[in-house]
Amino acid sequence: MLAGLLFIIMGLITIVCALCVVFQKNPVYSAIFLIQTMVSLAVLYVLLHAQFIAAIQVMVYAGAIMVLFVFVIMLLNLNKTDVEGDYDKLLFQKPSAIILGFILVVMIGVVTLNTVFQGTQGEYTPESISQIGNTQLVGKMLFTKYVFPFEIASVLLFAAVLGAIILAKKQIIKEKEV
Amino acid sequence: MIPLTWYLILSGMLFTIGAVGVLIRRNAIVIFMCIELMLNAVNLAFVTFARQLNSMDGQIFVFFIMTVAAAEAAVGLAIIIAIYRNKATVNVDNINLMKW
Amino acid sequence: MPYFFGCSYLDLIGFVLLFPLAGTVINGFLGKKLNKAIVGIVGCTAIGLSFIVSFFIFIDLLKFDPEHRVFEKDYFTWIGSGTFEAIAGLQVDPLSVIMILVVSGVGFLIHVYSVGYMHDDDGFYRYFTYLNLFTFSMLLLVLANNFLLMFIGWEGVGLCSYLLIGFWFEKKSASDAGMKAFIVNRVGDFGFILAIMLIFVTFNTIDFTDVFHAAPEHLQTGSFIATMITLLLFVGAIGKSAQIPLYTWLPDAMEGPTPVSALIHAATMVTAGVYMVVRCNVLYTLSPFSLTVVAVIGGATALFAATIGLAQNDIKRVLAYSTVSQIGYMFLACGVGAYITGIFHLVTHAFFKALLFLGSGSVIHGLGGEQDMRKMGGLKKYMPTTHTTFLIGTLAIAGIPPFAGFFSKDEILLDAFTRGSLLLWGLGAFAALLTAFYMFRLLFMTFYGKSNMTKHVEEHVHESPMSILIPLLVLAFLSILGGFIGFPTASAINSFLAPVIGGGHHGMTDGGDLHHVSNGLMFSMMGISTGIAIIGILLAYLMYIKQPDLPAKIVGKFKLIYTIIYNKYYVDEIYDATIVKPTVKTSFVLWKIVDVKIIDGFVNAVARIVELKSEVLKLFQTGYVRNYALSILLGGVIIIFCSLVLL
Repeated sequence: MLAGLLFIIMGLITIVCALCVVFQKNPVYSAIFLIQTMVSLAVLYVLLHAQFIAAIQVMVYAGAIMVLFVFVIMLLNLNKTDVEGDYDKLLFQKPSAIILGFILVVMIGVVTLNTVFQGTQGEYTPESISQIGNTQLVGKMLFTKYVFPFEIASVLLFAAVLGAIILAKKQIIKEKEV
Repeated sequence: MIPLTWYLILSGMLFTIGAVGVLIRRNAIVIFMCIELMLNAVNLAFVTFARQLNSMDGQIFVFFIMTVAAAEAAVGLAIIIAIYRNKATVNVDNINLMKW
Repeated sequence: MPYFFGCSYLDLIGFVLLFPLAGTVINGFLGKKLNKAIVGIVGCTAIGLSFIVSFFIFIDLLKFDPEHRVFEKDYFTWIGSGTFEAIAGLQVDPLSVIMILVVSGVGFLIHVYSVGYMHDDDGFYRYFTYLNLFTFSMLLLVLANNFLLMFIGWEGVGLCSYLLIGFWFEKKSASDAGMKAFIVNRVGDFGFILAIMLIFVTFNTIDFTDVFHAAPEHLQTGSFIATMITLLLFVGAIGKSAQIPLYTWLPDAMEGPTPVSALIHAATMVTAGVYMVVRCNVLYTLSPFSLTVVAVIGGATALFAATIGLAQNDIKRVLAYSTVSQIGYMFLACGVGAYITGIFHLVTHAFFKALLFLGSGSVIHGLGGEQDMRKMGGLKKYMPTTHTTFLIGTLAIAGIPPFAGFFSKDEILLDAFTRGSLLLWGLGAFAALLTAFYMFRLLFMTFYGKSNMTKHVEEHVHESPMSILIPLLVLAFLSILGGFIGFPTASAINSFLAPVIGGGHHGMTDGGDLHHVSNGLMFSMMGISTGIAIIGILLAYLMYIKQPDLPAKIVGKFKLIYTIIYNKYYVDEIYDATIVKPTVKTSFVLWKIVDVKIIDGFVNAVARIVELKSEVLKLFQTGYVRNYALSILLGGVIIIFCSLVLL
């Protein structure tokens, strides 16, 4: 019962914050609401017995990635509201996007409510997970079954670091030529 | 116990909000945040299904999605900075070279 | 077929092809940077190694029984499509071994010669690249074990011939001659392609062994299909081997460097047609009509070209017409069923014609590029070695015993007489008379008599360097002794090649029946042909040494005939008026009206319609990324909606 209540509260906070992300004029506010959305999602993860995911959701997402966002906003000095101009040049963009969004939500709702989700049941019931520990299980799987994707992920991160540096650094030589 | 369908509907709503945000916002950084929102919606669905099927694989997938999201954020923000340096704007409507 | 496990030279057959190809690649890609000495060494070594391998293969082949001297090596399936299969495979049998020995052997000498001859040319590396590529193609042609691979070699030599004739492409006449050779050859190649298709349709295979095995059971003697196949193949042979009516390209081909003329237009490439006819002897034997056509065209060409040779003044052109004439002899031999004799003459001809061409090259080289015989004369004392070797070559082609040409030509005439008809013999014999006459005319005008050289040329005339003279000496040696491989009563080449000639029971082929000819007839024929040659020589002596004013008198008397012969019967002009001009005119109409107006008009109309539609469609491409993203979402929604409704 408590869990149900918690879900409703957290779900509502998530939706409201997500809407605020979209409709806030100031990008800094958007970023802060996004952080709140992520934290609420972390609570939902705990409700789903995914404690490790909840932890990295807070640390990586709400922490590291969002700091990066705020940092860039600050760097570009974008805290003014007039970045986007006073009016939208594409008149029909906003209404059609919202209508389409409504249709999409309705359709997703219809699908989820009318479908009986089936599948092969795994061995990790919440009880067995709590005996071993969620983090330990995730770690074990990462280094056994998913060791290859795990290594690929590290290469990906490395490539991303290099890419970010190259893209973001000032092209001093070119500027000198100009 | 909350029916898992609720989580899925919540995930769907988050996803749609993110998608609509991408479509109506003109600030590149905000668009980027909306994409993160959509990714989070998918994560939620993954965790939900993992719970539903008593499987760990969904959680592992979320882990990888977060990795990709981190990489994407780094590169994407670098691109935005590069664009800002060239065009002095992050308004996507001004970045419209792809036209006839 | 016995197999040799372990090291057999027969397994190395691929190297015969590999060396020239490697030479081509090295010289082609690196030649520009290497210096001339290295380019020459690479080019010569490639062919030399190829010759050595060929020689060992020959020795190896002799170890087998005569019936088992066939060896095939398949490398890979080149084209496989349904029942059609073309395998890249090589075939070694007595015929192909003789051919590779001649091609690589004579080719090697000519390569060595070229090092000296072309030394001052800027395109030195280009020249050797082409020459190696040519040798590769020719070897591929004779080694292939199916028609399609043979056709590759066939086209390859055609291409190289084009490249080498037009080697000095700055000269318009040279590039024109190259194009002429290519286009005229195309006519023949067309026949060859059709023949290959017909063979595949008839036999469902293009492999030599299979086709020749199936042919006697599959086709009736004298059947329409057999005649069609052989005639079409012969069209190919006519083009490549410069027979009537497609011979016109060969005299023009003399625009190329002289060693090229020796290699391509005397010793090897033009004999490809003869080789092909002999290779397909099984098919030809099935069609008496085609054999008659081959014999008549061969005999007619032999005589026709010989008459033109009488009145030419360009030293290389005389040799070119003599080549056409001699190849006519080979076809004459094939046409009466004496295939081996044809190959025999091919081999001896390769020796003495290469010798003659290289000798003329030496003369041209010594005279600083002069080719007109009227401006030569008395060269004997300036160029003794060239003179001696050239004399040997001339005696060989004229058919004086015991030089190489005597044996083969005599045997052709004998075969023409015993198996063909008096008419064919008459054609051959008269051509032999003319050959002896015009060849000695050439010799006398060049090396004897008083000098007609200009002052400037006379001061610089000199004997050629060693790299030119050594090949001449080797070839002269071969021209003297080469004939003995086909010595009438104990013909080595006859017994060696006999297994290749299939279907001996048809009674039209060599095999043993040559020996049925009585010795008396054989010796009297020898006497006659020698006598004919001597008459020709004496005539030439009379006209060009004894009474040098006699030719002019004769010309004065038979002005009309002389003019016609001098202008090569106006064949080029006739072709120009009847084929080239109308083709050009038709092409012009096709270009201006059909192509520009109709075809281009249609294409442009399509483009215009697309353009108009695009004018409308481009409005969707606003440049706003959000617009595109909206389309993506719209698409997604529609897909989900459809799957909801439909499933």
